[in-house]
Amino acid sequence: MFTGLDMNIARGRVTAVMGPSGTGKTTLLRLITGQVVADSGSIVVAGQDLQAIRRADLYVLRRRMGMLFQNGALLTDLSVFENVAFPLREHTDLPERLVRQLVLTKLQAVGLRGAAELMPSELSGGMGRRVALARAIVMDPEILIYDEPFVGLDPISLGVIVRLIRRLNDALGITSIVVSHDVKEISAVADNVFLLSGGKVVARGTPQQLQSYPSEIVRQFIGGEADGPVPFHFPAPDYFTELLSRGEGL
Amino acid sequence: MKLLGELWSSLTESLIGLGLVARFLLRLTVNSPRALLRCDLIAQQIYNSGALSLVIIMLSGLFVGMVLGLQGFELLQRFGSEEALGTAAAIGLVKELGPVVTALLFAGRAGTALASELGLMRATDQISAMEMMAVDPIQRVVVPRFLGGVIAMPLLAAIFSVIGIYGAQLVGVQIMGVDSGSFWSQMRASVSLTDINEGVVKSCIFGVACSLIAVYEGYYATPTAEGVGRATTRTVVTSAVVTLFLDYLITAEFL
Repeated sequence: MFTGLDMNIARGRVTAVMGPSGTGKTTLLRLITGQVVADSGSIVVAGQDLQAIRRADLYVLRRRMGMLFQNGALLTDLSVFENVAFPLREHTDLPERLVRQLVLTKLQAVGLRGAAELMPSELSGGMGRRVALARAIVMDPEILIYDEPFVGLDPISLGVIVRLIRRLNDALGITSIVVSHDVKEISAVADNVFLLSGGKVVARGTPQQLQSYPSEIVRQFIGGEADGPVPFHFPAPDYFTELLSRGEGL
Repeated sequence: MKLLGELWSSLTESLIGLGLVARFLLRLTVNSPRALLRCDLIAQQIYNSGALSLVIIMLSGLFVGMVLGLQGFELLQRFGSEEALGTAAAIGLVKELGPVVTALLFAGRAGTALASELGLMRATDQISAMEMMAVDPIQRVVVPRFLGGVIAMPLLAAIFSVIGIYGAQLVGVQIMGVDSGSFWSQMRASVSLTDINEGVVKSCIFGVACSLIAVYEGYYATPTAEGVGRATTRTVVTSAVVTLFLDYLITAEFL
């Protein structure tokens, strides 16, 4: 999927990974979090090489990471409160009073303290993602990973999420990795941007630098043009030949 | 030649599948002691698989027992030995019908629920989310469900048999007029501990088999609507076939 991919993600900054659909952004996240193992190369997270890590150490490392899934991935059999409390209950032995305070603080941070008793099925998409964000930060991670956090949100929820990502990073000094293809939102939130295409980094820099990047593919992506180095058409035989043929093999 | 090749490949495929299931069972067993410490999770799953299946088990048990009472009475009457109805019903229920029918109903009621729940958890990234929160989903989600089923199944089979015997009594004694005293005393005299043991062993083994199939199919379901549907169907079909096959083996072993 990737060839010659070389990326450095700065500690304490918001780094965006962008690229057209199908360039392997989600695969990259799975590699960074150790959910899949690369065939070759090395991935170093917080000083540990994920290619050689033991399962137990990977789980220890993951306690220092938080991840926001695209669809929230809330546990549907638990209430909002219990979802946010879940990592605390699994990993710590804190007294119930402290758990309650921690959970309510995180829910307050995403503005959903009032929804603590609701079930995930009663939440809208945007609210679900905010609850998932509260759950991702409840263990105070050092690294926070967002998988397509802006997809399918109304403008208001979108603004809330953008502000939350920025504020969490500024207030807590979390290293944030945002995978997205929303140019406008990324410009508002990211310190550094990597643009991937065809399994390679085709551009890197601040969002402003990318606006005037001297490359066809970057211009196509930032400008949102339908055709260019990334073709509009999926590879197919010649249009006329196919239309005029009798359709064998279809 | 082509047929042979296909047969061979399907044989190796099923052997590989069997190996994967065995490895999965090993993984569950290794994780079981630690999961047993979380009594609340297991109790919840016993409730889900056991208590929620009670109505269907009890109703089916009653009707199976009643049919047994009718058929048994009709048959035994030909030989003039209606009093043996108690024995016949009890042996039939405790050794065969109780464990087998309960296992089939369990696969249909609790097994499908387990498989579709786990499949949907995977489809909605809940399993990945747990892994990302450094929580082992096998330990937290799969093992409690498996153990819940393993514990619930023998209890359900026992309840099925008891209600079934009551149903046979209802028809045989109350309606057909078999003598109540000889119904019960003959049953007590001729049902031995070995018979009960056979039933208990069967229901325990069926419990392991059906729960294992359900969590395996659910956990490894293709994370799509179609995949979860197929996993649910396969849970019922495989459980039924495996139950009946194991039933034959255990019966032969006890003879």
